[in-house]
Amino acid sequence: MTEAPAESVAGIRARGTEEPAPEAMRHLLEQMLRIRRFEERCVELYSSTAIRGFLHLAIGEEACAVGVLEALTPDDAVVATYREHGHALARGMTMRSVMAELEGKAEGCSRGRGGSMHLFDAATRFYGGNAIVGGGLPLAVGLALADHMQGRHRVTACIFGDGAVAEGEFHESMNLAALWGLPVLFCCENNFYGMGTALAYAESETDLALKAAGYHMPSWHVDGMDVLAVARTAREAAEAVRQGGGPHFLELRTYRFRAHSMYDPDRYREKSEIAEWKHRDPIGRLADHLRDIGELDDAALEALEGAVAAEVDDAVAYADAGTLEPVGDLLRFVTSEPGGGER
Amino acid sequence: MTSTTYREAMRQALREALTRDERVFLMGEDVGRYGGCFAVSLGLLEEFGPERIRDTPLSESAFVGAGIGAALAGMRPIVEIMTVNFSLLALDQIVNNAATLLYMSGGQFNVPLVIRMTTGAGRQLAAQHSHSLEGWYTHIPGIRVLAPATLEDARGMLWPALLDPDPVLVFEHGTLYNMEGDLADGAGEVDIESAAVRRPGEDVTLVTYGGTLRVAMGAAEELSASGVEAEVIDLRSLRPLDTATFVSSVARTHRAVVVAEGWRSGSLSAEVSARITEEAFYDLDAPVARVCSAEVPMPYAKHLEDAAVPQVAEVVAAVHRLGA
Repeated sequence: MTEAPAESVAGIRARGTEEPAPEAMRHLLEQMLRIRRFEERCVELYSSTAIRGFLHLAIGEEACAVGVLEALTPDDAVVATYREHGHALARGMTMRSVMAELEGKAEGCSRGRGGSMHLFDAATRFYGGNAIVGGGLPLAVGLALADHMQGRHRVTACIFGDGAVAEGEFHESMNLAALWGLPVLFCCENNFYGMGTALAYAESETDLALKAAGYHMPSWHVDGMDVLAVARTAREAAEAVRQGGGPHFLELRTYRFRAHSMYDPDRYREKSEIAEWKHRDPIGRLADHLRDIGELDDAALEALEGAVAAEVDDAVAYADAGTLEPVGDLLRFVTSEPGGGER
Repeated sequence: MTSTTYREAMRQALREALTRDERVFLMGEDVGRYGGCFAVSLGLLEEFGPERIRDTPLSESAFVGAGIGAALAGMRPIVEIMTVNFSLLALDQIVNNAATLLYMSGGQFNVPLVIRMTTGAGRQLAAQHSHSLEGWYTHIPGIRVLAPATLEDARGMLWPALLDPDPVLVFEHGTLYNMEGDLADGAGEVDIESAAVRRPGEDVTLVTYGGTLRVAMGAAEELSASGVEAEVIDLRSLRPLDTATFVSSVARTHRAVVVAEGWRSGSLSAEVSARITEEAFYDLDAPVARVCSAEVPMPYAKHLEDAAVPQVAEVVAAVHRLGA
C-alpha cells in the first residue's frame, strides 16, 4: 500500500514508511471490521427500538479510532466524544458491555446510566463518552496534569471532532496543555461537518493542524481513511508525548458515511461527495492491500467476517438477556458510596 | 486564642491541606505570584513552589476542567475562581462534568475536587463582580455547596471538603476576608453537614448563611433590645441543606425570616421557605418572610448598593411584621 508520510505542520515529520507485519495489519483490519459490523447492527437495533436516544455512528471513520487506540498502552487514558463506540471497542472494552449499555441494561459499561453517548470504563481508563462538544478537552488536560505532577509517563489521548475546534474550551485547553507541557495527544477527527454545518461555514481557518501549530504544538495532517498512516503517526506522536515532548496534535481527515445521528435526514451533503469518500473506505482499502500482497484471501476474509459476526451476535444476545437496574437504585451514585448520602 | 482574620484562617486551612496531603495543589488565576486576588494565598507560592501553587491563564473552563481531570487521576485539586460571576465561564465543566461523571459512569468515576470562589456584594464592584449566584449551584445534584461565615468555618471547612470523594464548592463572601476575631489555638476541622445555631432565641427564627450572617446577628441584637429573642441559624451547608435544624427551630419559634443576599426569585431562600412550609406549616403563626437583595443588577454607587442588599433594619422590620 503506498501512501505519503503524514504531513507535519510544525514539528517533526513522521519517520519511516515501513509497514507493519501482515499479522499486525490483519489485526487492524479485524478491529475496524468489529466496529463496522457492531455499528451496522446498532442501526438494526435502533429500528427495532432496542436502542433509543441519540445514536451517532462512525461508519467510515474506523481507521481513526483503531489507529489511535493501537498506539496506547494499558496505563494510558482516553477521553472521547459521543461518537465513541469505535474508540471503546478499540480500547479493549468488551462488545458485550458496550452493547448492553446501548440497550440500557445494568450489565452495560455505565450500568445503563449513560447510553451511546456516555461509555465509561475504569479498567481501561476510558473517561467517556462526553456529549458536550469540546467539554472533554479540559478533562484530558487535567488527567495529563495529574500524570505530570506524579511523574508518571502516561499519555492521555483526547479525541474530538472538527466541531470542537470552534469551542472556547478547545483553545483554552490547547493553550494550557502546551503552556504546561502536558502529556496529551490531541486527536481531531475532522469529518468536515459539525453536525450539518460544513467546516468552511464554521471556521475562518479550515486547516486545523495549522491552528494547533499556533499553540507551539507539533501537529500533523493525517489521512484518516488510512489506518496504517493513522497508526504510524499516532504511535510516533504518542511516544513523543510519553517521552516528555509535551502535547501533540493530529488532524485526522476522515468522513462519516452515514448521517450525523439517526435523526439526521442528511440534507446538507451531496450524494456524490459521500460516494467519493466511500471509495476511500478504510476497511476496503486495507483489505485490498492485504490481498495485493498475498496476505488475505476470500477464505481468510470470510473467516474473519464470521468471527466478527459471531462476536456481534454474542454481544446482542448478552445485551438482550441483560437486566434492568432496579428503579430503587435511581439515586445511587449521585454521590459516592458509602455514606455519600443524598446531595 | 489567637487573633486572626477570615483571610488568614483560610490561608492557614490551605497551608494545612498542602502540608498534610501531597496530592493537594492550588490552581487558579493569580493564586501564585500575585498572592491571590484577595490575598488569600499570599506567601504559599514561596512555601510550596509553582508546581503546587499554579497560576493559570484566564481560562476558567480549562482550569476547572483540568481540576476535574486531575481529581479523576488521583490528585486533590483546589481550584480558585476569582468570583462566582466568572465561574459562569466554567459552568459547563462544573454542571456537565463534575456533577455528572459519577452518575453517568455508573459509579466508576468520582471527582474529589474543591472549588473555592468569592461571592456577594458590599465592595462597590458593580454588576459583574457582586452577585450571589451560589443558589444556582445548590440546584445541582452531585455537588456539595458550603458557605463558611465564621473564622472557625473558614479555618475548618477545607480539610473535610478535601476528604469528600465528590465535588465541593466553597463560597467565600467577599466582605468577610477582613473580618477579625479570635480563633482557638488548635482550631481545625469542622463538620460540613449541619447548620449551626449562632444565637438561641424563642420568638422568631432567622435563617441565613455567608455574608448575611452578620446582618441577621445584628438584627437579633436590635430585636433583643425590644424584647424579641431571635434564633439565628447559619445554614453553613447550602447543599445538602440541613433541613432538620431550621425546621425544628421554627417548630419552637413559630415564625421564620429567611435572610439571603441572592435575589428571591427562583432562589435558595425560596427553597428554605418551601421546606419550612412543607415540614413546619402547622407550627407557623405567620407566613414565612424573606429579606433578599433587590432584583437589580448590583449597582456601583454605595448608597444604591446598600439599598440593594439586606440590611439590619429590613430584617428587624420583617420580624415585626410577623407580629413578633
